[in-house]
Amino acid sequence: MKFLKFLLIGIFFGIVLVKSEAVSWYRIYEMFRFQSFHMYGIIGTAIACGIIFLQISKKGIIKSNKGADIFVPKKERGFKKYIIGGTIFGLGWALIGACPGPLYILFGTGVYSIIIVIAAAILGTFIYGVIKHKLPH
Amino acid sequence: MEYILNPWPWYISGPLIALVMALLLYFEKTFGMSSNLKTMCAIGGAGKFSDFFKFNWKEQSWNLVVVLGAIIGGFIAVHYLSNDSITDLNPKTVTELKSMGFENSGAALVPNELYDFEALISLKNLLILIIGGLLVGFGTRYADGCTSGHAISGLSSLQKPSLIAVIGFFIGGLIMANLIFPLIFK
Repeated sequence: MKFLKFLLIGIFFGIVLVKSEAVSWYRIYEMFRFQSFHMYGIIGTAIACGIIFLQISKKGIIKSNKGADIFVPKKERGFKKYIIGGTIFGLGWALIGACPGPLYILFGTGVYSIIIVIAAAILGTFIYGVIKHKLPH
Repeated sequence: MEYILNPWPWYISGPLIALVMALLLYFEKTFGMSSNLKTMCAIGGAGKFSDFFKFNWKEQSWNLVVVLGAIIGGFIAVHYLSNDSITDLNPKTVTELKSMGFENSGAALVPNELYDFEALISLKNLLILIIGGLLVGFGTRYADGCTSGHAISGLSSLQKPSLIAVIGFFIGGLIMANLIFPLIFK
């Protein structure tokens, strides 16, 4: 079953994000008020370990399960879309206290009203797709 | 067992999140949770309204399986791997939130003042959840990624666009938490 590994990775991800309190609305508020190091520590160590992993795999020491090079696809160049889109995302992230991963995880923890936020997020993505060509990129 | 049941410190959690990214890269996939929102649009027939949603979403179904796993993971974590410990927030945060009408800060993952079903009777609370969701969904697609895609995958691979996006995340978050919150929650 080729999907089983992705199910297990997802389960692991959900457990880690709950246990780390990264799905806590309060931790996100605290982060944006600079009142705790907790979230910065999580994001910082995740990036540091990610950099080490990707630098090692760049040297060809670690290969994918099919023996190919490991790499993160390059994002296209740009400025406006990243800064404007990012700011809009940030406003929502702080308001509801959750980014896309935690949206689903919180549903699993029993915060069922989050389904309203998920539905609105899907609608937001849809609106972007429809008016995309009218926006600065 | 106590180590597992208590909240995990940041220096354990951060590396484990990097491990999630590494595992997905090992299986030749990319860590990015917001693409699911686009996939769900495509499944719902959004391709009829915009070419942006015209892609073979079946190739993305592995990512929906990750989402399903994340939901199960959240369930397992709260029901079998947690005790009743309260989030160890800064006392200043707790006082601040109290003055904005949030009681029992840190007792749950989200404030019941916003997320309880009873809270949804209030139009204001309902609007907060809807507007918050719209901003997240619209912004993440506009910026071509969210926290996992840009902050973790993008910064780990030293990409400038991701750095710009993450700066944007913080501009928005800081404006919301510092300037708009006191206006909404009085």
